[in-house]
Amino acid sequence: LSRVRGAPRALRGLAAGPGMHFGFQSVTEEERREKIYQVFESVAKKYDVMNDSMTLGIHRVWKDILVHKMNPCPGTLLLDVAGGTGDIAFRFINYVRSIRERQLQRKLKQHQNLSWQEIFENYQEDRFNSLGDSQVVVCDINREMLKVGKQKAQHLGYSEGLSWVLGNAEELPFDDDKFDVYTIAFGIRNVTRIDLALQEAYRVLKPGGRFLCLEFSHVSNPLLSRLYDLYSFQVIPVLGEVIAGDWKSYQYLVESIRQFPPQEELKAMIEDAGFFKVDYENLNFGIVAIHSGFKL
Amino acid sequence: DEEEVEEEEGWHQLYPGHIPTSPLPQALLAAGSAVMALYDPYRHDMVAVLGETTGCLALPNLRDKMKHHPEGYRILQERPRIRLSTLDMSRLQGLPDGSLGREYVRFLEDNKVSPDTRMPPKFVDDEELAYVIQRYREVHDLMHTLLGMPTNMLGEVVVKWFEAVQTGLPMCVLGAAFGPVRLSTRKLQVLATELVPWAIRSGLNASCVLNVYYEQRWEQPVESLREEIGIFPPP
Repeated sequence: LSRVRGAPRALRGLAAGPGMHFGFQSVTEEERREKIYQVFESVAKKYDVMNDSMTLGIHRVWKDILVHKMNPCPGTLLLDVAGGTGDIAFRFINYVRSIRERQLQRKLKQHQNLSWQEIFENYQEDRFNSLGDSQVVVCDINREMLKVGKQKAQHLGYSEGLSWVLGNAEELPFDDDKFDVYTIAFGIRNVTRIDLALQEAYRVLKPGGRFLCLEFSHVSNPLLSRLYDLYSFQVIPVLGEVIAGDWKSYQYLVESIRQFPPQEELKAMIEDAGFFKVDYENLNFGIVAIHSGFKL
Repeated sequence: DEEEVEEEEGWHQLYPGHIPTSPLPQALLAAGSAVMALYDPYRHDMVAVLGETTGCLALPNLRDKMKHHPEGYRILQERPRIRLSTLDMSRLQGLPDGSLGREYVRFLEDNKVSPDTRMPPKFVDDEELAYVIQRYREVHDLMHTLLGMPTNMLGEVVVKWFEAVQTGLPMCVLGAAFGPVRLSTRKLQVLATELVPWAIRSGLNASCVLNVYYEQRWEQPVESLREEIGIFPPP
């Protein structure tokens, strides 16, 4: 069963008239939003398990790399859009916490002649500030995904500096110039109007703020591309059926990756939204790419 | 690469719900569903998928058996479906005790099951064979009724043995072989000494159960139907 690779250029990224794409189907904008909502509603509970199975755990490395690239310091305000089950948010908190701990240790090392009382007091005041005023807001359009994320947070013990907001990337419920960093990991592909999402990202970032996007992209190496296609179309939906009892959602996922703009096109779109110093970094030969831009 | 091709969902779709698959995904599905069905016995959908992906020899066989039998042939032509919407439940309840219709409804009520929970086929790449497997699924509850077996693990295993002999579907064979794994020793003993031998004998002796137009035989007494098909009375 051969699948047509690549899609009509006109449909990528923006709505071309009333016709849009949902995977390889053509639908209206409203239908697309509805279908995507249903996909994530149905996959939410098995989302993490499926990510691990489909990528053989490598998605964890990709997300680690994103947060390392972000290199947040205590005090950073992060908005994680389409953050659903919290993977980026938790990594952000861990990262900031460890930086903070190292800060504390360094501070205490410098004061070699502290009395036990003074050391105790130092620990006290910083114990309630383990994140150093950093905060992450997880915003997602899908209630089910947020639910799963909140449960995970509770289970793993994340509470400080974390908040969950139901919202649409195309119309964020936040004020202008609010955040230091905006991330969207494996989410922008599912947005119906990517241009609007990018404009919103620009709006809510502070001047000097950074936009980071982690997303599936295009593999240019022909041999690898064929293997990747084979794996995507012949194995991933099977995993979806066996693990989650849901072939269709994972077929959509694979098709939506093919529909998404490749690296250079996305870069151009990010620049159109007003970002500067836009660049991208391929991971695993372009299976995934991290795009970055600054609001200056 | 400016192709204007837009692949519609529905390309190659032979019946509603059909997901066309090439050999590699079919093989992976067969293996994956087998493992998952064993790992999590509550995944009935995996048992169904296993049946569909491994039935490539048994299903045509069954279809031919039906084609060469007058009643079976009619079933293939008319494609009756057993669903709550097509059954006249009040009429069946009103039938005399011991009749197929009355006992079938009793079975559904006692075990709190419904014919509507049968999964429609997805991975069978032939439209007629998809109906055959659908018919097999919908007739399963009638098998329980005819064999007098409840829907607990023990009863299900017995029915699977009968179906394995009757249909030759690998999924039934696997279910019959691995089903008993989760039973207690006492039950296993009953299974091995009485129930399974009876189920096998009945299965071999009986004519093809898919060749019976059950919807036209609600009034027939269960015992008479058993005799006609060739199922021995349950122990």
